[in-house]
Formats: sequence, structure tokens, C-alpha cells
Amino acid sequence: MTSPALYGPSGGTRRGGLRQRLRRLADAAVTPLDLDDVLDVFHPLRGGLGDTGLRGRIVEVRPETADSATVVLKPSKDWAGHVPGQYVRVGVDVDGVRLWRTYSLTHGPRRDGCLSITVKAIPGGVVSGYLVRRARAGQMVQLAQAEGDFVLPDPLPAKLLLVTAGSGITPVIGMLRNLFSRATTPATDITLVHVNVNEDSAIFRDELRAHAAAGHLTLVERYDDRDGMLDVDSLSTIVPDLDERLAYACGPAGLLDALEAHHAARGLDLTTERFRTPLLEASGEGGSLTLATTGVTVDAAGDTPLLDVAEAAGALMPSGCRIGVCFGCVLPLREGVVRDLRNGQVTVATPGDGVAIQTCISAAAGPCTIDR
Amino acid sequence: MTVITKQDVNPTAHLTPEDVEQIGVELDAIRQDVLDARGEKDAAYIRKVVDVQRKLELGSRAVLLGSALPPLWVLGTLGLSVAKILENMEIGHNVMHGQWDWMRDPKIHSTTWEWDNASTAEGWKHSHNEVHHTYTNIVGKDNDLGYGIMRIDEDQRWHPFHLGQPLWNFINACFFEYGIAAYDLELGKNLSIPKEKRSEKFKSDLAKTLRKIRQQATKDYVVHPALGLPFGATLPILTANFTANLVRNLWSHSVIMCGHFPEGVETFERKSIPEDETRGQWYLRQMLGSANISGSKAMHLMTGNLSHQIEHHLFPDLPSSRYAEIAPRVEALFDKYELNYHEAPLPKQVLSAWHRVVRLSLPNGFLATTTPKNLPAQAKLLWAMSTKGPKVRRAAQARLVQLEKRQKAEKAAV
Repeated sequence: MTSPALYGPSGGTRRGGLRQRLRRLADAAVTPLDLDDVLDVFHPLRGGLGDTGLRGRIVEVRPETADSATVVLKPSKDWAGHVPGQYVRVGVDVDGVRLWRTYSLTHGPRRDGCLSITVKAIPGGVVSGYLVRRARAGQMVQLAQAEGDFVLPDPLPAKLLLVTAGSGITPVIGMLRNLFSRATTPATDITLVHVNVNEDSAIFRDELRAHAAAGHLTLVERYDDRDGMLDVDSLSTIVPDLDERLAYACGPAGLLDALEAHHAARGLDLTTERFRTPLLEASGEGGSLTLATTGVTVDAAGDTPLLDVAEAAGALMPSGCRIGVCFGCVLPLREGVVRDLRNGQVTVATPGDGVAIQTCISAAAGPCTIDR
Repeated sequence: MTVITKQDVNPTAHLTPEDVEQIGVELDAIRQDVLDARGEKDAAYIRKVVDVQRKLELGSRAVLLGSALPPLWVLGTLGLSVAKILENMEIGHNVMHGQWDWMRDPKIHSTTWEWDNASTAEGWKHSHNEVHHTYTNIVGKDNDLGYGIMRIDEDQRWHPFHLGQPLWNFINACFFEYGIAAYDLELGKNLSIPKEKRSEKFKSDLAKTLRKIRQQATKDYVVHPALGLPFGATLPILTANFTANLVRNLWSHSVIMCGHFPEGVETFERKSIPEDETRGQWYLRQMLGSANISGSKAMHLMTGNLSHQIEHHLFPDLPSSRYAEIAPRVEALFDKYELNYHEAPLPKQVLSAWHRVVRLSLPNGFLATTTPKNLPAQAKLLWAMSTKGPKVRRAAQARLVQLEKRQKAEKAAV
């Protein structure tokens, strides 16, 4: 893009005008597609598409432990950058179905412009299992811009405590790599308490030990099989100057809850990052329907199509055949669980998934919100 | 055909209500097997088809820049015709049916797709997915039975206007995309309403369709010919694009005629369809109301797998690429329940459909009762039926039907 500041506003407008005219001509030549649909065929990672067109190509899948791997991605030119500690939403086509998940970025800004995420395959995890075991270089994924406020303050405090458990290390390794890739090592005194089930499953174990050996940080490795479960009350023994350290923690909800209570009791600040949103599960007896535009919520029986429920609630709904054939009633399910009344198949949607459902054959199997 | 309930032997008479519901259960099982198997391979398939189609279209249009040279004109026109056919049949039609919605890819989704056709996706989805696929072959409800300009069933009343229907059908075939657009708008019905009484919905749909037609025509008949200006190819590109559209129209019209018009495809009486038609009954209607085209893989691809019209009508939302694999199971089900699985090669089906169009352009029984000997008398009768108003028409029609019946009875006696 031409910078208006560089060429002056009039120059920018003229060029912009020409560009726009050329673009309109190109769109007219490929209608009903637009130019971007055509360019996607040849260069899907180009810029100028805005956030909705953000994508990435897998460059490398590197195993970390038996059940985790680092996926290196080349993002579109529109990638706006990130601060270490932030996460990114990734849309992965698993068995042909696009599923969105959130992963922490495990690097600072890299010289090669790539992103990396490190994924631990959780039992029954469709996307994590796919990324660790089946993803290959060259495949495309969808991306959203980086988000999250689990980031270090600027300037850095004198003393820092990082507590991580399992894959909770992923946002923290991004912070550490960023800090220690700089020309001058920061003066901050860092203690990292890294909790894992056992030594073999500890992601980034050797890299962290190397940082400790280089004097970058004090590493406290805790292994459940060797040391027992970490009791947060013992933290002040493990880290004697606990009260002087600004604390960051990432890991399972149980640990974070305990830490938050512990720090609150001592009047200390703690920033946490929680990974898993509570999993939605299908209930047997229907649920509720919320219409997003009006905010109206009504009960929805498990044997009544959401279309009927919404219409009974006074909503004007798109509809057609009412037998699941014509797809005239398809609407986005923003969040919730629905069951296909024809074969009982359950569909789960979390915000941002972009799941569209046929409301005429879908019944609530939990609280549901549709974009209507 | 005559609606099944008025035929001498109703082809479903041997089925008990339990049989009909069992057919539904067995078809549901086939559907479920495909849903369970559907996955990465299918997604890769449709993305590949879209990719190939886009490259073929771009490549063909590039070749056409040199279409001042006749061989390049032929090559480019051929490529563009194939690209347009793929776009309409295997991609557009099927994507708009929601066959690929399960991928959750907003770029290949029934709610976002727009196709290279005069008719808007929105209008098409209503008239095709909703009306035609729900009320398939119900006389008076499924407007696909003759598109409102033809008589495709004995139970549609004959009118002198129908004498011209072989011609109407041919013109419709040549300009099929506009025919579809007009049909989606229910243009005839709506234009007969005084201007000030037309619905807001019609006015807005009409505006959208005209806009779409303008954009489509601008692309093929203004922008691309203009791009050919520096190569001296303006006129050849214009004719190439017109030809490609014509080829696409003739092809898609033929394929679609084969789906429901060949002789032997059943139709249904409006009042014979129960208000609360069961899934089994709906399936049965789809089974009898469609016809397949046999042929090669290339044929299936170019028809958008509408060559598997029966499978498509049973499972309009299953990926088209799966129809071929379930067809043997569907056919076995037809055999099991002693129903006619209507399948024939393309030329035969096209001919059969045209035969029906010609036959029904004349009053019921007219062709059957006409011999070289009585030709002058028959011609006189037809003239009277065409010119003397509905009363004469009804009387003459009754006589023709009676005569046909008597001839049949005599034949049977011999």
C-alpha cells in the first residue's frame, strides 16, 4: 500500500482512486467471484484481506515430547504481530471439518516472520491430536489476530515468579525466548516453577535447563511422580522471596484457583492464563434458546426444532421446507449444543467457531445462542 | 405420465404402509453410513474441483485473448464452456444445496455461495431447494414440471398455447439461465398482477436479479471483449463467451430435463399427498419421481452428479461425490421393493424427455388415435380445439380419451 504520509494526501488519493478503479474492473471480470477469490487460488497468504482472510501455512511440525509438538506457521501478510504470552485462534480442518482452537504463541516475533504454537495432545482432543500426530508441512490453517493480556509489563519488574504446569509453559516459553534472544540479557531475577507429571512429559525441559545453566533464571522442576502434587502453601518454602516477586501463572484450573486464593490471602498480585473453557456437553432434556440480536431467552424442549421454538417466541426466522432438505433455515449457532432430530447427532459450537445449523431439524441439547 | 393415483395399476399398490416406512428406515441407514464416512477425502475433492474450475476458467479466458486465431478460439471456447458447466453443476448447484456446509468453511457454504448464472443464489435456493425438492413432481405444486410454460403431464390441462411447446422448450434450452431466473421470480404470475399491487418481495427480488444479469452480461459481453481490444480479439471473445453460455445452457437444460421428464417417471396428485407425509412417503415419492443417466465418470462430473438424480433427490444434502458409491445400494432397495429404478444413457433420456414434450404439446390421446387415414379429420378437430374456446376443447378432449380407451380395449381383445 502507498503511504499517504509519504506521497501526500492528494497523491495517495489519486493512486488509491486508480487502484480502486482497477480493482472494480478486475471484480467485474470475475463476477460473481471477486478478485480475492481468484488470487486465493495462487497466493493465499497475500496481504490486504483484513482479519477475516488471515491464514497460515504449516512450515514444520516438530515433536517435543511423546504427546506434544511445535507447529511452525507462516502467517498471511496481514498478521499484525503479537506480544509474547498472547494466544492465537487457529482454525484447523480435521477430517474435513473446520474446528477452531486457541493456542499460546511460543515465540516472540521471529526473524523469519513465522509463528509457532506448541500443542499437547489431550486425551480425546480432536484438534490437538490432529496437530501433534497428523498435521504436515504445507497444509493451510485459518488464523485470527493474536489476543490476550497475559503479557509481561514494560518496564520489567526487578523480580519475577513464573508458575507453569504441563502445557501451561507455552505462553511462558514465548516470553522467555523473547527476553533471552535480545542482545542484552534483562536484569530481571526470574524464578520459574515448572510442574509436570513426570520428567518425560515436560515440554521444553532441556531448553529451560539450558537457560538455568546460562544463569538466565532459577528453574525449579517439580514432578508429581517424584515430588508429589504441588501444594501451593509450600510455595513460600520453594521460593523464599515470594512476596517480592510479580507472579504469573498458567496451567490447569485447579492449580490456578489454588494459587489465586493463596496469593489473594497474602495480598499479592497474580496474573493467570486459563486454557480450557468449560466443555459444553449435551443434556438429555433440551435446554434454552437465546436470540442474540434481541437477547430474548426461552426454554427449548429437546424434541422441538429450534425454528419452532424461536417462532413461538415471536422471532421472524428464515425457513423453507421444514424437513431438513432445503437449507433455507440455516443460521449461525454462536454458542451451544444442538441435536439433529433425525439421527441424534450432536453439534457443539463455541464462540467464533462459525457453526451454521439447520434450525428446522436441530433441537436444543443445552443452552443455545443463535445469531438472530 | 398420469399421476400414479389415476393409473390403471398404481406402481406403489403392492407396498403396505409398513413397507413404505421400512424403505425410509433403510434409506436413512444409507444416509447415515455416508455421514459417518464423510471426511477429509470429500473436502479435498470439492476444493480440488473448485481449484481446477477456477484455473480452467482463467486459462480459457487467457487463451481467448488470442482468439483472433481460430484454433485458439475453439480451444478457449471449449475450456470456458466446460468451466461454466462445472461451476454451475458440480459446484454451484451442490454447494447451494448445503452438500458442503458440514466443512464449516465460509468460502464453500450454502449461505455464501453465488454462482455464474443469471438467477440469484437466493432465488434459486427458494424455487429449487425448497419448492422443487420438497414437492417433487406433485402436479400443481412443483413448478419444475414444465416450468409453467409447458405441459409435462397428462394431468396438466391442455391449452392451444402448448402446441408451441417444442419451440418454447428449445428457446428455453438456449437461454436456460434467463429462463431459470424468470422462473425463480415467478415472472409470469407476478407480471400479470397490476404494477401497483405487486409484492415488495417481488420488486426487490426483481431488482436483485436484474442487477445480477447486468453484472453477468457486463463480464462476458463488455469487460472481457474490451480486454481483448489490444489483441484484436474483441469480436471473437464476444462470440466465444456467447457460445460458452449457449453450450452451458443447452447442456444443463438437457441434464435437468433428464432428471424428471423422461417417459416413465412418475408424478403425483396434489390431493393424494397427506398433510403429514411421513419420511418414508416422502422418500418413496423421490424414488419414483426421478430418473438417472448412466455413463462414465466424466459424464457424472459434468452433470454435477445429477446423473444420479434418484440418489440426489433422496439425499440432496449428501456430497455429490458420494452418489456413485451408494447408487448400487439404492438400486438394490428398488429391486427389493419391486420398484422401477429409472436409468438410461443420456441420448435415450434426452430423446425420451423431448418425446414427452412433443406428445403432450397435443391433447391427451391425440397421437394415439391419429392414423394416416383419419389425419384430415383429426387436424380439423385440433383446429377446432385450438380456436373454439374451452367448451369445445373439453368436449373434444373427452371424445379423444374415450376413443383411445376403446382402441386399447379392442387391441386387448385381439
